[in-house]
Amino acid sequence: MTSLTRPFSHPLSRRGFLRGSAALGGAAALSSLPLGARAETPLTVGFIYVGPRDDYGYNQAHAIGAAALKEIPGVTVVEEENVPETIDVQKSMESMINLDGATLLFPTSFGYFDPHILTLAPKYPEVRFEHCGGLWSADKHPTNAGSYFGYIGMGQYLNGVAAGHVTQTKKIGFVAAKPIPQVLLNINSFLLGARSVDPTIMCQVIFTGEWSLAVKEAEATNALADAGCDVITCHVDSPKVVIETAAGRGSFVCGYHADQSALAPEKYLTGAEWNWGKVYTDMVNTTLAGETIPNFVRGGLAEGFVTMSPLGPAVPEAGRSQFEAVKAEIMTGGFSVIKGPLKDNAGNVVATEGQAFLETDPSLESMGYLVEGVIGATS
Amino acid sequence: MALAESLSGGGARSTLLRAGLARRAEAVVIPLLALLAGLAVFGLFLLTQGKSPVDFFALVWKGAYGSAFSWQNTLSRAAPLLLSALCVALPARLGLVVIGGEGAIVLGGVAAGALAGPLAGAPAIVGLPLLAAAAMVVGGVWIGASGALRHLRGVNETIASLLLSYIAIALMNQLVEGPLRDPASLNKPSTAPLADQLRVGNMPGMDVHWGLAFGIAACVLSWVLIERTTWGFAARIAGGNLRAAEVQGLPVGRLIVGFTALGGAFAGLAGFFEVTAIHGSANASLAAGYGYTGILIAFLARQNTLAIIPVAILLAGFDASSGLVQRRMQLPDATVQVLQGLVFMAILMSETLYGRLRLFAAGKGA
Repeated sequence: MTSLTRPFSHPLSRRGFLRGSAALGGAAALSSLPLGARAETPLTVGFIYVGPRDDYGYNQAHAIGAAALKEIPGVTVVEEENVPETIDVQKSMESMINLDGATLLFPTSFGYFDPHILTLAPKYPEVRFEHCGGLWSADKHPTNAGSYFGYIGMGQYLNGVAAGHVTQTKKIGFVAAKPIPQVLLNINSFLLGARSVDPTIMCQVIFTGEWSLAVKEAEATNALADAGCDVITCHVDSPKVVIETAAGRGSFVCGYHADQSALAPEKYLTGAEWNWGKVYTDMVNTTLAGETIPNFVRGGLAEGFVTMSPLGPAVPEAGRSQFEAVKAEIMTGGFSVIKGPLKDNAGNVVATEGQAFLETDPSLESMGYLVEGVIGATS
Repeated sequence: MALAESLSGGGARSTLLRAGLARRAEAVVIPLLALLAGLAVFGLFLLTQGKSPVDFFALVWKGAYGSAFSWQNTLSRAAPLLLSALCVALPARLGLVVIGGEGAIVLGGVAAGALAGPLAGAPAIVGLPLLAAAAMVVGGVWIGASGALRHLRGVNETIASLLLSYIAIALMNQLVEGPLRDPASLNKPSTAPLADQLRVGNMPGMDVHWGLAFGIAACVLSWVLIERTTWGFAARIAGGNLRAAEVQGLPVGRLIVGFTALGGAFAGLAGFFEVTAIHGSANASLAAGYGYTGILIAFLARQNTLAIIPVAILLAGFDASSGLVQRRMQLPDATVQVLQGLVFMAILMSETLYGRLRLFAAGKGA
């Protein structure tokens, strides 16, 4: 029970789309109604999470998004947490389809796509499989599957701007799960944001090797604090351990995935958050209207896919104004984080003078380098 | 009584027979009672949470065994558990507690994934046995090493196998993200996808892959090995008293290494099926915890390799129904873990009942 109620008693529940404190009670009431009584076109939507849905991170961000759907009349939401990327997720999806009548599924973990969604989508052509992460391509994948994701690297860039104004040691830290493109873009964006404030800032990165491994995350955070990093952020499934450990060591922190300000109110500068509630509401409304969701959906700050946590008390006035100015610039479009002249930390040129990669550039989704100023290696 | 004696031709033989039957009955009835006790305690736990135990067990039944879909769901989940439980139960016959089967599963899977590249052009009849053999050899060496360390160096096999499994997972991550990585696997580092003919399909008429049949066969063969061969007899003697077995001239070292390696080979085979039947490549999803669930199953089965089959199906059924319980009763995922924990405790505690219940004392009393 606790696992279900905790996300909603969290300060996040104050956010607009969660209005009903009755998110839970409402869903229970809905599901006890006979099918026809709910709306003209009842829709059952299934959500599957790889971890606990109150992890202050990746899964919680999706669970908050799912909660937003519970207010739409005629929509029933069914959820499962802690579903591993094995035959388990295939059976969970099939169970939602066969036993709950779900016709729109959001298996939210990256690893659910290949082979699991790709195995089931052809078998259930009337069901829509929406996957978070970004692999769908028209020539390879079933048309009843689709992918959606957001340009959250921009959020890490803004985290870096805030960090750049706060760091005294000119050294910031990043606890990362695995050296894969999505993570590398976030690390590079964090440092480049900070360097837009002071080009001498360095960022030390430590890879834990796992998406969710609290002990290593704590060790990595302590090692970064020991190395003099006074602002720390992360890209792991649950930032809770990093945020609490870093704040406990006196470092400032920037959040990721969801709002972690409640964990360290004084030390929290800002955070790059997913706003899946907007994305899911749009997709469900599209489905209810009888239309098809596009197979490839992307958006950033401007589209409302990504939001920033409110700035914390530690960010100085100069930092606040630059943060707001850069954010406004990103919102208007055409902003590039990766732009020349830029080298990676091994000295290879990644962008020449005048070359700039927009956030929408697909080549950023196969990034394999750490930029100059990042202390660390991808292998 | 008199009739039975005259029919069997002697009191001694009849008493032996009855004692044997009583022992068998005891071995079935006590775990069943413990299972029911565990379920009852869990029912009380649900009541304290304001949930109906009746609803819960009805959902578990529906989600695990209530329909053809549910049965296939359960059996799909049971397949790797049968093999990983053998990795615990076989060494247990020698009195060894091996808990590192996860490492053998993971490395067995990596071996299959790695060898699939060079074998991409091979027909299934050649390729699949080679992949399976590679997975079994790697798994066997990994767990056999724990046995060898135990025999040659006196290193505790429980700790050694557990630590080796951490090394195995780190090794898998290193290989899959490094030398074996398919450059096209951007955000989910994996080995190259298997060629189509190297994928293991489902058994005829059901949505369950062949790993289930091989798992059941492995459990039966293990039972034959232990109960019906001199090797198994020697292992049981050594498990009863290692020193005495040595004095008798039994090859204790070879038994220890052989049984641990065989257990590891079965776990490696589980990794082979995960890669060829489910994932289609080797990646970090191989470390799904089957090795650890296998420990639970082997202990619940009291290390009897035949009993592993129903116990694995029982636990896989709990697992299969967990999603439905989450969705229908708004209970967290951990609920089913609480249930498994209570059943585990109840069955462990029931160990103290053996030989104490009068009902089964008939053989001795007669």
